[in-house]
Amino acid sequence: MQLTGAQALIKSLEMEHTEVMFGLPGGAILPAYDPILDSPIRHVLVRHEQGAGHMAEGYAHVTGRPGVVMVTSGPGATNLVTALCDAYMDSVPVVAITGQVSRPVIGTDSFQEADTVGITRSVTKHNELLMSAEQIPLAVRQAFHLATTGRPGPVLLDVPKDVLQEKAEWYWPNDHEVSASLPGYKPTTKGHPRMVREAARLIAASERPVIYAGGGILKARAADALRQLAELTHAPVVTTLMARGAFPDSHPQCLGMPGMHGNYAAITSMQEADLLIALGARFDDRVTGKVNAFAPKAQVVHVDIDPAELGKIRRPEVPIVGDCRLVIEEIVRVLEASGDPQADRSAWWAEIEQWRQHYPLYYAPQVESEPLRPQAVIEAIRDASPPGTTVVSGVGQHQMWTSQFWRFEEPYTWVNSGGLGTMGFAVPAAIGAKVGRPDRTVWAIDGDGCFQMTAHELVTASSERIPVKVAILNNAYLGMVRQWQEMFYEERYSEVYLSPDLPDYVKWAEAMGCVAFRAETPDDVAAVIDKANAVDDRPVVIDFRTDANEKVFPMVPAGASNSDVIVHPSQRPGGERVVQ
Amino acid sequence: MAMNGPASAWSSGSGRLHHQTISIIVENCAGVLARVAALFARRGFNIISLAVAPTDDEAFSRITTVVDLQETSVEQLTKQLFKLVNVVKITELPPGEALERELVLVSVRCAPPGGPGPSRGEVGDLVRIFGGTVVDVGQEALTVMLAAEPAALDEFEELLRPYGIIDIQRTGRVALAKLPHQAFRRGRGAPGGDR
Ligand SMILES: Cc1ncc(C[n+]2csc(CCOP(=O)(O)OP(=O)(O)O)c2C)c(N)n1
Ligand SMILES: [Mg+2]
Repeated sequence: MQLTGAQALIKSLEMEHTEVMFGLPGGAILPAYDPILDSPIRHVLVRHEQGAGHMAEGYAHVTGRPGVVMVTSGPGATNLVTALCDAYMDSVPVVAITGQVSRPVIGTDSFQEADTVGITRSVTKHNELLMSAEQIPLAVRQAFHLATTGRPGPVLLDVPKDVLQEKAEWYWPNDHEVSASLPGYKPTTKGHPRMVREAARLIAASERPVIYAGGGILKARAADALRQLAELTHAPVVTTLMARGAFPDSHPQCLGMPGMHGNYAAITSMQEADLLIALGARFDDRVTGKVNAFAPKAQVVHVDIDPAELGKIRRPEVPIVGDCRLVIEEIVRVLEASGDPQADRSAWWAEIEQWRQHYPLYYAPQVESEPLRPQAVIEAIRDASPPGTTVVSGVGQHQMWTSQFWRFEEPYTWVNSGGLGTMGFAVPAAIGAKVGRPDRTVWAIDGDGCFQMTAHELVTASSERIPVKVAILNNAYLGMVRQWQEMFYEERYSEVYLSPDLPDYVKWAEAMGCVAFRAETPDDVAAVIDKANAVDDRPVVIDFRTDANEKVFPMVPAGASNSDVIVHPSQRPGGERVVQ
Repeated sequence: MAMNGPASAWSSGSGRLHHQTISIIVENCAGVLARVAALFARRGFNIISLAVAPTDDEAFSRITTVVDLQETSVEQLTKQLFKLVNVVKITELPPGEALERELVLVSVRCAPPGGPGPSRGEVGDLVRIFGGTVVDVGQEALTVMLAAEPAALDEFEELLRPYGIIDIQRTGRVALAKLPHQAFRRGRGAPGGDR
């Protein structure tokens, strides 16, 4: 059967079980948009290609399947770069198809030519310029394989227009042909048995262990295994920003998020631990603070599918390359079979309980006459949401508060931009998450600054009838930057003021086809949330006017040791009266 | 590769640079050298020399590279390299365990017999002692070639310098692991490469 490259491309995506793709056409990719008309694949037409990329990420986060993006050459591809980098940093499986100018004019600076493969090389797990139509099916199979196995990530295929137009015999390669075509790619999934035994031995003997659970737990679908290990060992668990939901916040062993804005007990238990059991975590600087002062008393067991993570930041006593789920299950098996008793951890838990009691997450309660406390707004949304609600955030103070004050009970209910910290992530990622799991309520908790970066995708959501809900925590500031200027630049505020009502968020949202509300006083909050929850056929936006003075605590200043946590003013010696 | 240091910077025993030779087998496909080079640049590893050519199997190429590294980061470099999908095999070649060769072409000043300044004969002697060859003869210059261990090239270059070096080009280093020594003790030949 002869197919054009374009037909082969779309058919290959179908063969890979693509149900939806996010994109926007243009000259070079035009041929591929024709067979879409006859394909069961749903295409979501975005308003900006960055949005397509984040939608694909949101989709991938909640489904575990790769998000698929298709854009044109040149500006289409360059607009996608931020999202690719975001997916690369957070190990999100994405398959991106970019149009390219025709083969004969590649390299001549022809119209809308960009060196897409060159530009995206360092932000993709792999990329490839396809120089013939017959390559397409194998390249698509490889792309899905690479995006979803080993450490997941974005893979990009750059396809010249004349390759899309050229005819070739259709041939769908089998699994064996795919792996044979990638001689340098063999991810290790099973942990080394000796290392697994060594890990089990250290765990059983540890009097002060902490399980440091990272995003790899979710990628490996290892939440059940993690829970087994935690309950077997009765070790406390911290869940990083990327792992919120991997272990239930309501579980008595859950200490919450570690790191720069983590829970005091989570941060401090790592500092005082004698053993860190790092599972699919990468010792990010936002978790470790000053690296050589991080967890100074701890030995480290480090499990990761990416060998390059082991020893990159902190040298582990026991490095284990492998899939988190398989390795954790193996450790559990060894622990159970050995029958060795776990060390006595009652003193450790007593200490942890002290930290929990003295330094819980805290904000000053809402006062009637004062602007809205952003944390209270988050809690109100949380309490009015059905179980399993997916929460998506932008980047800034609102992100940290959402991670802190939402209560994550299930995996895959939290979608955010951790590694790259991309403002503008929330709206499109929420749309992708809703497309992936239409059965779930999706709330984007966004900042006013972030919202302005990608709000236009609500036009996409309205026209495609994708009913996401967006809460703007409108503090009229680039709040996180303002917080740093307040604390570390003597309150010299430079280029952080945005205005509460320029733009008018309600009018803007309505113009984009959304239902929109505003809440200015504590009395408004519950009512508008109820109204928003009642809308299920189109997007809803709420403009919450929040207090610009509110800061995120606890905080470990950048570059400081995690032993120097700045807690909420009321928790410092002398309480409220102590001024930072 | 804008990262070429002066040739003398890697003279053996200088102790200034911790150089490490790494042999990388890659798929022989478009863009693979750019991927490897970009990875070096992005992760902050400094390439001192680079040599690339297909292996006996045309599907693969061998990249031999000398990098300037802290002891601790050799492991990180090889792990990062191995994440490239087109990288098939990596061999670290520590100095004592590798056969390393470079080639140099030098044009050096010398006068015909009886002319002013040093004669062709003196330069010719040096070339013979080092086991090099004369590849071109001009009125007042010779171009000579030497393929040898990097340290020998350094010496050769230093000894030629007083005569007046007109032009010099050294290649990147190529290297293979030494053969296992038992093979010799048991009196077997030493067939085969390092695979
Ligand atoms: C694309 C991008 N530009 C700049 C930044 C730096 N930055 C981090 S948080 C932040 C402020 C975000 O403001 P807003 O969305 O209003 O959130 P808030 O902190 O006020 O909750 C900025 C500018 C970033 N993370 N991403
Ligand atoms: Mg703000």
